[in-house]
Amino acid sequence: MTVLRETWIVFHRSMRLTVRNPMWSVLMLSQPLLYLFLFGPLLKPITAQISQGATTNAYQVFIPGLIVQLGMFGAMFVGFGLIAEYRAGVIEADRVTPASRIALMAGRVLRDVVVLIVQSVVLLVAALPLGLRAPWSGVLLSLVIVALLGATFASLSYSVALITKSEDALAPLLNGIAMPLLLLSGILLPMQIGPTWLQRLSDISPLKHVVTGVRALFRGDIATSASLWGLFWVVLLTVIGLAAGARTFRKESA
Amino acid sequence: MMIEARGLVRTFKTKRGSVPAVQGVDLQVADGEIVGFLGPNGAGKTTTMRMLATLITPTSGTATVAGCDLAKDPVGVRRGIGYVPQGGSTLPEAIAGDEVVDHARLYGVPKRKAIADGQRLFEELDLSGLWQRQCKTLSGGQRRRLDIVMGLVHDPKLIFLDEPTTGLDPQARANLWEHIRQLRRRGATIFLTTHYLDEADALCDRILVIDHGKIVASGTPEELKQQVSGDAVRIDLADAGQAPAVSKIVQELDGAAEIETDGDVVGFRIPRGGSVLPLLLRQIDAQGIELHGVEVHRPTLDDVFLTVTGRSLRDDSGTTTKEEAAA
Repeated sequence: MTVLRETWIVFHRSMRLTVRNPMWSVLMLSQPLLYLFLFGPLLKPITAQISQGATTNAYQVFIPGLIVQLGMFGAMFVGFGLIAEYRAGVIEADRVTPASRIALMAGRVLRDVVVLIVQSVVLLVAALPLGLRAPWSGVLLSLVIVALLGATFASLSYSVALITKSEDALAPLLNGIAMPLLLLSGILLPMQIGPTWLQRLSDISPLKHVVTGVRALFRGDIATSASLWGLFWVVLLTVIGLAAGARTFRKESA
Repeated sequence: MMIEARGLVRTFKTKRGSVPAVQGVDLQVADGEIVGFLGPNGAGKTTTMRMLATLITPTSGTATVAGCDLAKDPVGVRRGIGYVPQGGSTLPEAIAGDEVVDHARLYGVPKRKAIADGQRLFEELDLSGLWQRQCKTLSGGQRRRLDIVMGLVHDPKLIFLDEPTTGLDPQARANLWEHIRQLRRRGATIFLTTHYLDEADALCDRILVIDHGKIVASGTPEELKQQVSGDAVRIDLADAGQAPAVSKIVQELDGAAEIETDGDVVGFRIPRGGSVLPLLLRQIDAQGIELHGVEVHRPTLDDVFLTVTGRSLRDDSGTTTKEEAAA
């Protein structure tokens, strides 16, 4: 199919540029790694307190949150790269070809997803010596969730980037969205240790349910309501994200 | 007809209301022509070209481009055209050859053919040996030619060139003109915008003068120049006191107009200035008037622009950013 072929061409081009200039990918990975090594140890005493004996290793709780965070933040800032491409005239050069507008976006999103998966695997391997143990099926499903989450945030980021066409507008916007999402997702600390009002507030955030779902998967609870809700939310988010991205890429102002 | 546009209008919405960038452009470009869109910055050249290249949707109006309807079959239009934008089309970090091949493949050109055609174009446009170079390491002229390779690599029958030589040194410009002429010799139709009169004059079969979003004149460079009343003749006298006598002789010449005396210089316009010179000089000589020199200037497109718009193309620096902001 033409769209797939065109997506592959755009993906291949983006991937080549990423591999040639891996600084950005490395920088994005350094953030969760810093959390892992500098914040993770602080969680040990708290974990013993909140996990009702089921999990004793803090990283069992923390790592699932970190890969969700990676999926979210790693993909959220890809819009900056798109603005650079826009300034260089690449987006216009792409748009003047008969290639499908969806492919122009999908190829780039696919690149971001591949980068995310590689980063997540590095993170998981780094956590092994710290005592992370999880079933293969749970890890694989979690990576699927991270991939979908990455696709969502990458599409949204591209969409906003194409509308604003300015780093100065994109940066505060992304930070303004990212901070509350991070705090309410229970990535850093499980929400159940907070007061009730904060828990209710975090219930609104789909990301919290995704984090809870991934934590269940890491415990090996594949077909539980927690993991299924996590999957449900991430699929819904993906559909919304991709639709919004595709719409922006199709629009003339893009 | 390669391009046939009727009543193209485009208004941009800004915070302060809507700005009309193009206000009803009709134009026709035949197969194999080089047509130039001449006008100052902000006149609507780029906006019109971007509409014809499917990059922005006309507010109203219709067009057929490369045999396809702009509104109904934009993908068909895209297949038939190559578009070389003003501001470049490659990423600084990317490898020149890779960018060309990927671009061609988005047009459906098979990879092997894309490489072969791309490398051939590199040869033709004096880019040999630069295939593996990062785009940011190329000179301004080389990057411009790379942009042109990008626009040509799928062998389009219609090529849009937006300000192809802006920012190039004179030699690079002359080289690029020669490349553009070569494209036409191979059967391509070329539609370009320029705000350089010499460029329009040197390259174009036909020129459309655009100002404030409307076409104000069109024709071959020669036809347009004929709209200006003849060649400019300038007579330098040895003695300013004899200017009235010379002026009187000039007044009796058939078709002389705009006769002006300025100290020891008498200037006027007349059709076919070269052919009236012998008679003029004989008469001046007969009265024993001594001359320092005589010059005949063919009218330039700048004169044309001045005639049709009432202002010079050169003093428009104040309006530079309007079109860029709108685009």
